[in-house]
Amino acid sequence: MERREFLQTAGTAGAGLVIGFRIPTRRDQQAAAGPFAPNAWLRIGADDSVLVIVDRSEMGQGVTTALPLLLAEELEADWTKVRIEFAPADKAYVNPLFGMQGTGGSTSVRAAWTPLRKAGAQAREMLITAAAQRWAVNRADCRAERGAVIHAKSRRRLTYGQLANRAAAVPVPPEVPLKDPKTWRIAGKPTKRLDAPVKVNGRAQFGIDVRVPGMLVAVVARSPVFGGKVQSFDATAAKAVDGVRHVVQISSGVAVVGNGYWPAKQGRDALQVVWDEGPTAQVSSDTISRLFAERAGQPGVVAKHVGDPDGALTSAAQTIEATYELPFLAHATMEPMNCTAHVRADGVDIWAPTQFQTGAQGLGAQLGGVPPEQVRVHTTYLGGGFGRRFELDFIIEALETSKAVGVPVKVIWSREDDIQHAQYRPASLHRFRAGVDAAGRPVAWTHRIVAPSIMARVFPNMVQNGLDGEAVEGGIEMAYAIPNIHVDYALTDTGIPVGFWRSVNNSFNAFAVETFIDELAAAARTDPYEYRRTLLANAPRHRGVLELAATKAGWGTPLPAGRARGIAVHKSFESFVAEVAEVSVSSAGEVRVHRVVCAVDCGMFVNPDTIEAQMQSAIVYGLTAALKGAITIDRGRVQQSNFHDYEMLRMSEMPVVEVHIVPSSDDPGGVGEPGTPPIAPAVANAIFAATGKRIRKLPIGTVA
Amino acid sequence: MPPFTVTVNERPYTVFVAPDTPLLWVLRDNIGLTGTKFGCGVAQCGACTVHLDGEATRSCVTPISAVGTAKVTTIEGLSPTATHRVQKAWVAEDVPQCGYCQSGQIMTAAALLAKTTDPSDAQIDEAMTNICRCGTYQRIRSAVHRAAKEA
Repeated sequence: MERREFLQTAGTAGAGLVIGFRIPTRRDQQAAAGPFAPNAWLRIGADDSVLVIVDRSEMGQGVTTALPLLLAEELEADWTKVRIEFAPADKAYVNPLFGMQGTGGSTSVRAAWTPLRKAGAQAREMLITAAAQRWAVNRADCRAERGAVIHAKSRRRLTYGQLANRAAAVPVPPEVPLKDPKTWRIAGKPTKRLDAPVKVNGRAQFGIDVRVPGMLVAVVARSPVFGGKVQSFDATAAKAVDGVRHVVQISSGVAVVGNGYWPAKQGRDALQVVWDEGPTAQVSSDTISRLFAERAGQPGVVAKHVGDPDGALTSAAQTIEATYELPFLAHATMEPMNCTAHVRADGVDIWAPTQFQTGAQGLGAQLGGVPPEQVRVHTTYLGGGFGRRFELDFIIEALETSKAVGVPVKVIWSREDDIQHAQYRPASLHRFRAGVDAAGRPVAWTHRIVAPSIMARVFPNMVQNGLDGEAVEGGIEMAYAIPNIHVDYALTDTGIPVGFWRSVNNSFNAFAVETFIDELAAAARTDPYEYRRTLLANAPRHRGVLELAATKAGWGTPLPAGRARGIAVHKSFESFVAEVAEVSVSSAGEVRVHRVVCAVDCGMFVNPDTIEAQMQSAIVYGLTAALKGAITIDRGRVQQSNFHDYEMLRMSEMPVVEVHIVPSSDDPGGVGEPGTPPIAPAVANAIFAATGKRIRKLPIGTVA
Repeated sequence: MPPFTVTVNERPYTVFVAPDTPLLWVLRDNIGLTGTKFGCGVAQCGACTVHLDGEATRSCVTPISAVGTAKVTTIEGLSPTATHRVQKAWVAEDVPQCGYCQSGQIMTAAALLAKTTDPSDAQIDEAMTNICRCGTYQRIRSAVHRAAKEA
């Protein structure tokens, strides 16, 4: 246990004791000063410590274990000596799949796959060279093993710590051999998380836990209507609250700054603000539904066109139509948004649970008026991310407030702030029309996607001629053998900000596609598993997970009375996932999901234990949304506010989730998100199997 | 602001705060014990769970003025060496993902096991109402059973 006491903060027993963001332990300081630092990711200390600099944000997905495993495997490290530290914002840590330092898109292992293995291998080769020099023996007679170099002939052994000084003088080899993953010793096998010990004793430091000397806490009043602005405010009542120190206007609203969260929150609640609500005050969920329906009646921008879908529809034996509607969703990370910033003339410090260090650093430079090198970004543990922490709104607020009051400021959002001021999973509407032949097989498939665009807000130059290529992901990559296809997209802005939400646009497109294919199977009076299987004859990895999930779930075998199964398969983030849900529906229409069997093919992988955890996690996340999740709008305002009206799945509703991993030598795929898209359609399809009622609108709620 | 003296993890602390200040914020902002988390502020999620005289209590809705002489135990005080059987079971089952809710989950589980030595799944469901957005429920259930066996 002791070895895992990394990233711990100093004792917190003393009343009023203010501790730094991160007081390094003695062991840390030794490692930080470690003599062997061959690259950006590794420090080996004379005490044999192996410090891995983790350049992705840990938000539960296990990067603080997976990334060190990749490096340690090649290093031939002693795994018990491995500790971690989060990387600063620096060009060395840019995510090669983004071109920016950030965590998202289920990219962490994929992006680290080669660089971190190479980093470990380089160090290993340098340590071997150092040992050979020290012993004056042939380098080829030396080998690295469990944190030491061994010369078998003379039975000599030096630990990496003993070699660290000498290795530091060895030139970095440009080319190094990488191990065949089949020969891996520690990676590729179930490994316990390195961050578990600090997450069971209260010591893991999340953003909200940051305390720096002289710090104040701010709670911000924001426009209840999206896009609204402060017209005027009266701070008298807020300032009358004991412990409130400042009331300042910032770009997102008015910040009430106090000695702690409670006085700041009381002050914020007492603050009087008159808002210029702007045009979104005219927007409500019913106006959005009408707008979507109107847009669904007009052609969209073509996203995919194959063959002659119109002709095939005309000549089809039968045509089948369906429309699906999905709501906005909030992320509801367990840790509410927060950020601590200190803007000074000579530089800026940002302590944040952020997925986007490059963005944070850029903002610090812009708002602080200093060069980016003078902005230090300290990434903490993230109490959930799910895409919400790729946003920078909470960082801007901390920077602006610190700048205004001249001391370090921690901005903390209440849960209500979090639910009502997010960037939501886009609501969407899907209109399908398919033609099938006499045997019920699809000959034509048309899909219109009506949805707001995340890219239009975040990276507008990625929207070309009205087409957001991301918005149709999961809708255009058709694995089923259908000869004529037309998918179009109607970019429909609603005034409600939309953002990245675990699995992003796959979350709605997979529901629509996998429910509609189930409708075609039902129309063909064919088993939905066999129907998919036949159409996936030329999609081996889709078919592989589909068959594995069905087999493990006992597809076709009898179930207790009242239960039924549904199935769905979807590829996202270069991984393939199939899920079978076993559900029952009570006479009152209450849905109970008893069991979910998940099969995943994510190519080569680092830690199967994490894959199991991430599939369970992604399934709970998607199931919560499918059963309960909806953000609704009234006059430009979010109607939900906290967990009583934006409900989460709890222990009592948790199905048994079984995860089966397909062994693979394909390139690694993502793991954090791909488990989410299939669960909503699997459950909806199971409800159809149980009741004959087709779910065409989410959330499912109770089945009438 | 009036003084309140509270006993936290067997140590007395005197704080000067408004009487309606939740125990959660006294722990976090005044005493500096940040292992207890803020999740919702309305006793819905359980991230703020501490023990008051051994009872699992949601500190976000417990005003400091209501604590009185009750002994407060936080995650930091559950075991001085972090070797409470619930903590050991959590590590053995590799429960945490993001980890933010786990202090509250562990405190709730420890209180459950102090009363119910070998809880059934139904008793676990009833007691463990804390929200986990990472969906670690299955491993939490296994860890509670494991901790029960190690009593």
